[in-house]
Amino acid sequence: MEFLSGGEIFVRCLQEEGVDIVFGYPGGAVLHIYDALFQQEQVKHILVRHEQGATHMADGYARATGKVGVVLVTSGPGATNAVTGIATANMDSIPMVVFTGQVPTHMIGNDAFQEVDNVGITRPCVKHNFLIKDVRDIAATIKKAFYIASTGRPGPVLVDIPKDITDPKIKIPFEYPKDVVLRSYNPVLKGDDGQIKKAVDLILSAKRPMLYTGGGVVLGGASEQLTRFTRMLNYPITNTLMGLGGFPASDRQFVGMLGMHGTYEANMGMHHCDVLIAIGSRFDDRVTGNLAKFCPTAKIVHVDIDPASISKNVKVDVPIVGQVGDVLNSMMQIMEHEGRKPDAAAIDAWWSQIEEWRGLECMKYGWSDETIKPQYVVQKLWEVTGGDAYITTDVGQHQMWAAQYYPFDKPNRWINSGGLGTMGFGLPAALGVKAAFPDAEVACVTGDGSIQMNIQELSTALQYHLPVKVISLNNRYLGMVRQWQEFFYAGRYAMSYMEALPDFVKLAEAYGHVGMLIDKPADVEGALREAFKLKDRLVFMDFRTEPTENVYPMVPAGAGLNEMILV
Amino acid sequence: MRHIISLLMENEAGALSRVAGLFSARGYNIESLTVAPTNDATLSRMTIVTRGDEQIIEQIIKQLNKLIDVVQVQDIQDAPHIERELLLIKLQATGEQRDEVFRLAEIFRGQILDVTDASYVVQITGPGARLDAFIEAVGNIPVIEMARTGALGLSRGSCGMSI
Repeated sequence: MEFLSGGEIFVRCLQEEGVDIVFGYPGGAVLHIYDALFQQEQVKHILVRHEQGATHMADGYARATGKVGVVLVTSGPGATNAVTGIATANMDSIPMVVFTGQVPTHMIGNDAFQEVDNVGITRPCVKHNFLIKDVRDIAATIKKAFYIASTGRPGPVLVDIPKDITDPKIKIPFEYPKDVVLRSYNPVLKGDDGQIKKAVDLILSAKRPMLYTGGGVVLGGASEQLTRFTRMLNYPITNTLMGLGGFPASDRQFVGMLGMHGTYEANMGMHHCDVLIAIGSRFDDRVTGNLAKFCPTAKIVHVDIDPASISKNVKVDVPIVGQVGDVLNSMMQIMEHEGRKPDAAAIDAWWSQIEEWRGLECMKYGWSDETIKPQYVVQKLWEVTGGDAYITTDVGQHQMWAAQYYPFDKPNRWINSGGLGTMGFGLPAALGVKAAFPDAEVACVTGDGSIQMNIQELSTALQYHLPVKVISLNNRYLGMVRQWQEFFYAGRYAMSYMEALPDFVKLAEAYGHVGMLIDKPADVEGALREAFKLKDRLVFMDFRTEPTENVYPMVPAGAGLNEMILV
Repeated sequence: MRHIISLLMENEAGALSRVAGLFSARGYNIESLTVAPTNDATLSRMTIVTRGDEQIIEQIIKQLNKLIDVVQVQDIQDAPHIERELLLIKLQATGEQRDEVFRLAEIFRGQILDVTDASYVVQITGPGARLDAFIEAVGNIPVIEMARTGALGLSRGSCGMSI
């Protein structure tokens, strides 16, 4: 049997878990671990410029690959800087393991240098967390951490490691556990047969059905099953912000995103449907609008892996707890086996109603020869990348335009902070994706506000050669804040105007990248083509867009989904 | 409605704060909370008294079940059950009050645990309502201090929570 130190055990565990990249930042409490990492080559390390960047990179990596993202930071400020990224991953159920250094066990609780209660601070925003107090517990705890992060409803797990237990002088026998047994954690995998039968009955009885699917489909790798299921039924389907790409957006059955900035046809379809089939979605307030007015005539089927998501906001009629892919397979088997079909005549009539709503073309926007419309930039980005790029975003108007005007035909391509709404997510997330898929096109759609929240990662991009494209829709405003102030605060634009913006072109150049300023609509497409030709360079594209453009349609807070502001 | 929720959880550092944190983070009400080890040294049993409508109680139970350290959760309100709580109350007892306190303690089948020339410490056990009734009956007799354990509960019959 091998004898290894805590630091060496740590590294071996990562190797055993198949980890290829760790995103991190060294510091006093993790020096033993970094020394062990340095002495091997299997696990690569990307040195970020701020720990928040590390968590978003690991998050982007996890969303694109479906694998667990791994972060390593030091104690105290290293850990607190990571908290926003941990909370971001938690809200969107992203599998991540975050290792934080801690002061030596005998100093815990003494207000030691760079000490903070990592387990206490992160408890409300992780799936689970651990403090390891004995070198003999490292391997088993890491095994558990990866298992918990990646199974059931995924989420971030934090492992806090005091410095003394990674001491290179203390060596113990190492063996990586083969499997994990946790008597208190047994995620449900298979849906209940009786409930599935009931759901099929209800689904096939529908006259005005609506499929409403979310991030659970993408996370559960079930988009193939969802696509077959939807086509088999010929029902209209809408995706949540997190669910985009779960069903091919170019398909006729796709009626667009729903919710606050969803399409007219999706929201009207929701409001008027008689059977709502919710799959891997959680009835978030940005989706439902006013709960009292939500789907007033619908019976609801809800498939989700997390029992706590079911009947949390909206009482459902047929709940099914299970993995969405398996449940969809079972439903399709029943329908095929028993040769049962939906009510074709009713569905045809429903489609003509939906087409009438679709005919309103709610996503049309005005054209200008003078100023660049932000929607146009996103549409051209879609064209230039053949609709097949990985798109990350920050948070705000640009995020909504990216969601609306870049239709995704594949899952895991659309990467944004949906639940927490974290500005500063986009650039590091894009770098995480690029680190996973060096040959793929990766673009970060951002704004002049968001990009400045983690712009320091441009330096990481240079060091590790991660040539992503930054598509900044620069309107000199905190656009979404400005939009709400215009609509709901009588145009009192409190602190939503950005004065003294940096020269982004020079800034990009200072970081060793290519900067481009585009301020004419006629130059948009050419500039994008030129930028994407520069395969080996990070290009920062500063698009000067219409300052007061609004995101439409919009369901104002407190309104029902049928009460949209269209233009 | 008032519910008594029992849970078995891993006897690990931080498990209590996970449960307490869940209640405060999600805005659930805690009327009382007690926790102690069980016959199985690896498990603690916690009893929480909370209030909420059916949907809130359902969410509380689901959210508790989601905590990795929680092994089993039961709303013991669902079935016949026994509820007990213990009260220690130090009452001023001089002159006529001495007899009055003594009589009340007898009526409530309490025990007097400490006596001085100016005070009694009385112990009362029973369902929470019985403890409330005693405190009410004490009336104008000054309470020097008191402590309650919070409710404990077990279901009736031969079944129970164990693993």
